[in-house]
Amino acid sequence: MGLKRRDFLKTLGVAGGGLLGADALAAPKATAEKKEMYSLLIDISLCEGCQSCEYACAEINNLPDPEGYPEVGEIRKLDPDRFTVLNAFDTSKGEYYVKKQCMHCNQPACASACLTKAMYKTEEGPVIWRGDKCMGCRYCMLSCPFDIPTFEYDSPNPRIAKCRMCFEQLAEGEWPACVDNCPNEAVIFGTRREMLAEARRRIAVNPGDYVDQIYGEHEAGGTGVLYISPVPFEELGFDTEIEREPYPEYTKGFLYAVPSIFVLWPAILLGLRESSARKEQPVEGEVDHE
Amino acid sequence: MNETSLRPTEIPQSGSRWRFLLNELKPKSRFLTPFNIISLPIMLLGFIIIVIRFWKGLGSVTNLDQMTPWGLWIGFDVVTGVAFAGGAYVLTFMVYILRMETYRPIVRVTVLNGFLAYLFYAGALLLDLGRPWNVINPIIGNSFGTSSVLFLVAWHFLLYMLAELVEFSPAIAEWLNARKLRRVLAGLSVGAVIFGITLSTLHQSGLGALFLMAKGKIHPLWYSEFIPVLFFVSSIFAGLSMVIFEGTITNKVFRHLLGESHEEQHQKIIRGLSRVCAMAMFAYLFLKVLDLIHGQHLADLFTAWGTWYLVEILGFVVLPMILFIQGLRTDNSWLLKAGAVFTLVGIILNRLNISVIAFRWDAAVPYIPTWMEFVVTLAVIFTELWIFRWIVQRMPVLKDSPLFAGEKH
Repeated sequence: MGLKRRDFLKTLGVAGGGLLGADALAAPKATAEKKEMYSLLIDISLCEGCQSCEYACAEINNLPDPEGYPEVGEIRKLDPDRFTVLNAFDTSKGEYYVKKQCMHCNQPACASACLTKAMYKTEEGPVIWRGDKCMGCRYCMLSCPFDIPTFEYDSPNPRIAKCRMCFEQLAEGEWPACVDNCPNEAVIFGTRREMLAEARRRIAVNPGDYVDQIYGEHEAGGTGVLYISPVPFEELGFDTEIEREPYPEYTKGFLYAVPSIFVLWPAILLGLRESSARKEQPVEGEVDHE
Repeated sequence: MNETSLRPTEIPQSGSRWRFLLNELKPKSRFLTPFNIISLPIMLLGFIIIVIRFWKGLGSVTNLDQMTPWGLWIGFDVVTGVAFAGGAYVLTFMVYILRMETYRPIVRVTVLNGFLAYLFYAGALLLDLGRPWNVINPIIGNSFGTSSVLFLVAWHFLLYMLAELVEFSPAIAEWLNARKLRRVLAGLSVGAVIFGITLSTLHQSGLGALFLMAKGKIHPLWYSEFIPVLFFVSSIFAGLSMVIFEGTITNKVFRHLLGESHEEQHQKIIRGLSRVCAMAMFAYLFLKVLDLIHGQHLADLFTAWGTWYLVEILGFVVLPMILFIQGLRTDNSWLLKAGAVFTLVGIILNRLNISVIAFRWDAAVPYIPTWMEFVVTLAVIFTELWIFRWIVQRMPVLKDSPLFAGEKH
């Protein structure tokens, strides 16, 4: 019975779709087939600054062991040998640690800036770098609102270095190394939808323990790394001035104007040239002498 | 006509063309000139620095860092250099589209300058690329980053260089005494000009659009959603001021190549170009003021950065505009030339402010280029001037075309 009913609805849908045009049907199908993007959720209230994530990250990426440790007043930066760092901040509620790494934006500025698609947003969510395509122009670095990609300035064969959310691991069904090695589960992993739901749940259940904001839900058009925090994010060194619009939007207007100019300009220029021709002198003859 | 020894019409007919080419390779002027004595050591030093750069990496010769990925080589060589080369598209517009014959005598030299500027300054981009062996990827690769402004700019550089080469090619054909080829190439000129103007409109503004995603990194007085329009409008007076400036120097250095009627004609040309400059600068100022009010950054004017902004606008846009207007009113060519120089400095300031100086204005340690970055930049400019000199001493660029070419070029 149920099946029959569903078939009936399907037929009705197809008929309706036919009236609406093929696009109306194709659009929801395409989104349904699309994979859900993976995400990290970082709960700042749980992090104790043990640096397990830093060591795990260095190991899986064949980088040297991390140097130093998080200390209030000192900002440790990402560099080609460090894809993730912890920093300590003195806040109104005591000392907290913040893990920094690529935010894996939903619409990454770096990937839209890349003229060879070396910087690439995968369907699974991680933003990865592909060395065989990269020309090393560093436009990704200029464009990234979070200043994440770093460049090996001291190498004749330099790479752009940044967190890849352990993209290769994900393909084998494993979690990113930092998630796997966090003793406090301060960083957890799942689909972006699940992570947003979990973040909302924690804020709703313990409203006193968290500020009512998920950093990364809307920042830069939404990011693949989400943070929840017991103190306002500006106390933790986060850039709260970041725009809510996806950064590629800023160049869209210009890029959209390109085809129109390519069509309009030659036509206008040709028209101007024709109209500026002196009548007694045929256009063809003159071209020959130029 | 006065320098008959340089006329290509004197070349013996085919067969000895190789001998002609070999002969042309020899230097045509004294070797120990002040220009050579200054430029040669700098070019040599620049070459050594470039070798070190490819051997040890960009960090060994530049002060670039993770927060400042683009420095002098992009900000000056590429972003400023291309604005300076804008004269070619404006002049070809005036001569080929609007048929303003007054300016025809300087079209060739301007197109040559433009072509060499693109060749060398865009070529200098290769020095800045970390992985230059992949530079071919956006051209032939299967990975076109079509959403990138830089993709557009890269393609436009390449295509515009070809367009300018086609525009200039009749001069090469005249030099080689290739009459049939010249006819064919000259027939392509108008097409190349129309294509070239379209490309220039887009990549002059595209160079500005590159910085649109750096919102928050550029001081709000310089960051604007109108950067592409401002870059395009300013490239008009940047390019023409460069034409005035270069023309003045060329007239002195290569006087022996120029005809007698040239000086009078040149004064007329400078006046005309100054008029266009003044108008374009007025439009630019208008846009700047609109942008300032629209962006609601008036309060920023009263900070140290505001003072620096006012230096750029008042000292190097308003002042040269007044110099142009006053020079035109009093018929004083020195004022016009001074106006051109101030304009050029203003363009350097503007382009460097956006790409280097006011970029990361809040950084604890600002980026200051190393002396080696300056030397390489100078070496690139000198190399270009050497090639320019080599060409104008041989091809009919400044001097008249051979008789078989028909009209004057």
